[in-house]
Amino acid sequence: MKKSNIPVHPPKWAERFLSWYCKPELLEDLQGDLNEYFERNLKTKGARSARWIYIIDVIKFLRLYTLRKPEFINALIHWIMLGSYIKTSSRSILRNKLFSSINIAGLAISMSVGLLLIGLLSDLFSYDAFHQNSDRIYRVTSHYSYLDQVNSATNASSSIRLGKAIEESIPGVDKVAVLRRGLYGDVKVPDAKAVTMEGLWANEASLRVFTFPLLHGNSTTALKEPFSVLLTEKSAKKLFGDNDATGKTVLIKDKEHTVTGVLKDVPLFSHIRFDMLVSLSTREITQKDNKHELEWDNMWNAYTYLLVPENTDLALLQSNLNELALREDKTVENTHIKLGLQPLKSIALGEELNNEIGPVMNSSVVWMIGILCIVVLLSACFNYTNLSIARSMKRAREIGVRKVSGALRSHVAFQFITEAIIISLAALAIAFMLFLLLRPYFISVYPGMQDMVSLELTPQMMVCFVALAAFVGLAAGVFPALFFSRINAIQVLKSTPALKLFGNLSMRRMLIVMQYTISIAFIAATTISYRQYEHMLSFDLGFDTENILNISLQENKPDQLIKALNEMPEVKQISKSGLVTSVGYYWSTTVKYTNPADSADIFYNQVDENYLPLHRHKFVAGKNFTPKLNTEGEKQVIVNEKFLKRFNITNNDPLKAIDEYIFIEGERTRIVGVLKDFHYGRVESKIMEVMFTYRPEQAEMLNVKIQSNDIAATMNKIQMEWKKLDDVHPLKAHFYEESIERTYDEYKAKIKIVGVLAFLAIFIASIGLLGMVVFTTETRLKELSIRKVMGASDGSLVVLLGKNFILLLSIAAVIALPATYFYYEKYVLNQITFHAPINISDLVIGVMVVMALALIMIGIQAFKAARSNPVDVLKNE
Amino acid sequence: MKGTNLGEFEELVLLTIAALLNDAYSVAICDELEKTSGRAVKLGVVHSVLNRLEEKGLVKSKLGDATATRGGKRKRFYSVTSAGKASLLKAKEVRDQLWNRIPEFALKAI
Repeated sequence: MKKSNIPVHPPKWAERFLSWYCKPELLEDLQGDLNEYFERNLKTKGARSARWIYIIDVIKFLRLYTLRKPEFINALIHWIMLGSYIKTSSRSILRNKLFSSINIAGLAISMSVGLLLIGLLSDLFSYDAFHQNSDRIYRVTSHYSYLDQVNSATNASSSIRLGKAIEESIPGVDKVAVLRRGLYGDVKVPDAKAVTMEGLWANEASLRVFTFPLLHGNSTTALKEPFSVLLTEKSAKKLFGDNDATGKTVLIKDKEHTVTGVLKDVPLFSHIRFDMLVSLSTREITQKDNKHELEWDNMWNAYTYLLVPENTDLALLQSNLNELALREDKTVENTHIKLGLQPLKSIALGEELNNEIGPVMNSSVVWMIGILCIVVLLSACFNYTNLSIARSMKRAREIGVRKVSGALRSHVAFQFITEAIIISLAALAIAFMLFLLLRPYFISVYPGMQDMVSLELTPQMMVCFVALAAFVGLAAGVFPALFFSRINAIQVLKSTPALKLFGNLSMRRMLIVMQYTISIAFIAATTISYRQYEHMLSFDLGFDTENILNISLQENKPDQLIKALNEMPEVKQISKSGLVTSVGYYWSTTVKYTNPADSADIFYNQVDENYLPLHRHKFVAGKNFTPKLNTEGEKQVIVNEKFLKRFNITNNDPLKAIDEYIFIEGERTRIVGVLKDFHYGRVESKIMEVMFTYRPEQAEMLNVKIQSNDIAATMNKIQMEWKKLDDVHPLKAHFYEESIERTYDEYKAKIKIVGVLAFLAIFIASIGLLGMVVFTTETRLKELSIRKVMGASDGSLVVLLGKNFILLLSIAAVIALPATYFYYEKYVLNQITFHAPINISDLVIGVMVVMALALIMIGIQAFKAARSNPVDVLKNE
Repeated sequence: MKGTNLGEFEELVLLTIAALLNDAYSVAICDELEKTSGRAVKLGVVHSVLNRLEEKGLVKSKLGDATATRGGKRKRFYSVTSAGKASLLKAKEVRDQLWNRIPEFALKAI
């Protein structure tokens, strides 16, 4: 140490290692010996080898007799002292009411969000667990590609043919369940009123794969014969009352089916839902003439589930599926269908798939809520950490006394962790009330949610709640615990000025900056999303949607209703269409132009001659449909500009394209008009090729243009007319704008969630800041009074107190705004083709609001301090 | 318990402690042993022997004053207890008895 100019020390970590493992009574002596050797070696062998020898010696001294015995006594002391900790903690909680309430409020609010998330996750994870073999069931997903058009989305559905093929050619699969959707319609008992029901066609094995227990009937044969139907308890009750339904006959879409049994109602936590199951063999008879039914590429409406034995080699099964797909691809042209396996339990909360059979929750949504929730929780933890450390000098004496009376670092740390956990458990009690209060709102934030989750309390959930509280307490308490346990007893008790303890200022500043960065980012995200949402609702779709009421005909003949509606003075115009576009529904069909090898799936709508004028579609060339031509057997179609481009019809010249012929499902059809491009799909997607075919006789919707000052009265009248037409089904009528709004409900839900979280984050950050400001003004009160005596003005004192905080907030804004901006530009908005540009002023407004809140708080506190009479403050020392 | 029987190295260490009088602490013992026996003596070995001797009650120790040379750490000084003295004497006695039985010529012949 003395030889060289720079003192050389033994390696720090080796020293620390030695003092960690060595018995305290041997330690000093050993350390001394090693130091002596080290210095000797330093002189004779040089620094490097001296350090090296030191390390080796430290390791060599690791022997049984030098090892520290585990300190059971310490753990025991923790338990004995627990009572004392709880007592002192609750005293200090009660003594500092403001700080405790800030902490408890912040933690409670953020924790209530956490509780909601736990509830949501617990519901989603318990999905499909009621199936006895739930961990052995896999769903086969399929991914469709035609020629080189790669479709990005994977489908939950597969073909009916697939199930048969797997049964025949893949060994090691116990059972294959095939379900087919599309069974929707009236179910009737002869001579009674019809009930609308939704169901699935299911093959025999379905009841073996899934656990849908039968109350009556034989599960092995129930779905064997064609025209067999299994009703759920609820639907059986609707149709037959309390009578036994088994063996009776019901009419499903006017076809006789025999009830072979009654199923227990489907649990809420099932992603497969139905009112009835009809044997799949029924379709072999009803769809006998449909050549598409069993085709390999008809993979949009059926679902295949496999029950595999335990410990199945999934890789082998997958490769078998791949082989099967390659074999079957040959039966259709230019198509490749890639198959995949999805475990049953990851369906309800999983990746987003097309053509889902029932309600599912996209895992990314849950991730999003989860991350935001953690961020808000962290923010509340920061408050706790910040305030406890800031007020450290008030507690420092207590720690000093504890340490003098023999408390070890670990004891002090344990005490503060205990205190944090007590506070967080108190917060849990409030959070739980908030949870009960918020639950109904949370469930209704998104219409799909109501269907999926109940957030009913379960024992596991309660355990998770307490675990969350304990964890939050730990997270909040760990920094204060480390900080306090490091306090030097002698220093504190000698009453050195508190300022020395006041270190860690940079960490606390950092925490404030982080809190505000989060808050500002949240509020910016909310405004950006809200702008997008507004933009989508008011988006110019390329046609008129105002005051148009879309009435679903529900398989009734339209003529009577049209006649009645036409008699109403409020009704200006009526048209018929197949579906309502721009709200997320798509119909497509195969179209070819001159090249027979080039076919494409084109979105379409089938309408009458009033549809285009009523919706004010703009013609680029040609004219509207002529009803007369249709009766003469000529097919007419009106396409959009994109359509011409797709098939390169007459070099995209709309004028020349008129009277060209295309083939829709093989039928020769004349182009009579070309429309300006408009949005058929949702606003997020690109403008696509679209065509209108003239088929007024296949209308499913009436589009009624209404001009009325009293919408409610008009709706009533329409309701009456509907009753006359159909007294079984309730009227399904929605204004176009309403439907569009509903289409973007998920955005609304997201905005609501992010908005609420933004509000919470700001609230938590604000009360945290309030605590800090109160504390700072308290500790600097004397300084302020002296300044005032020396002639400082109130204003200058406010500035003095506030400027540091304002600086911190500005740093937060400078970090948060660009980060949010780029995040949205790069990752969110480029997925939405027609998005509104980000408005800088929106972002600034958000910051201003947060800043203004903070300023008001700082201002009030600082002003109060500045206005206090210096005499009162200074007279007692 | 091995009893009060001394091993060869233990005996050496115990003798060194007695010889060093008031300056018997681990490093000094180590150095002295190295000097007198001429063989390399490891600190770790000496340490464990000291520890064992103390357990057997043959030596006792106390901490001295801190010095700068040892990074401010105190030395632990050892001294031989009466039990230690007794066992040293006993060991010597055993040897002496054996030595006395060896005729002088027999040694010369070796």
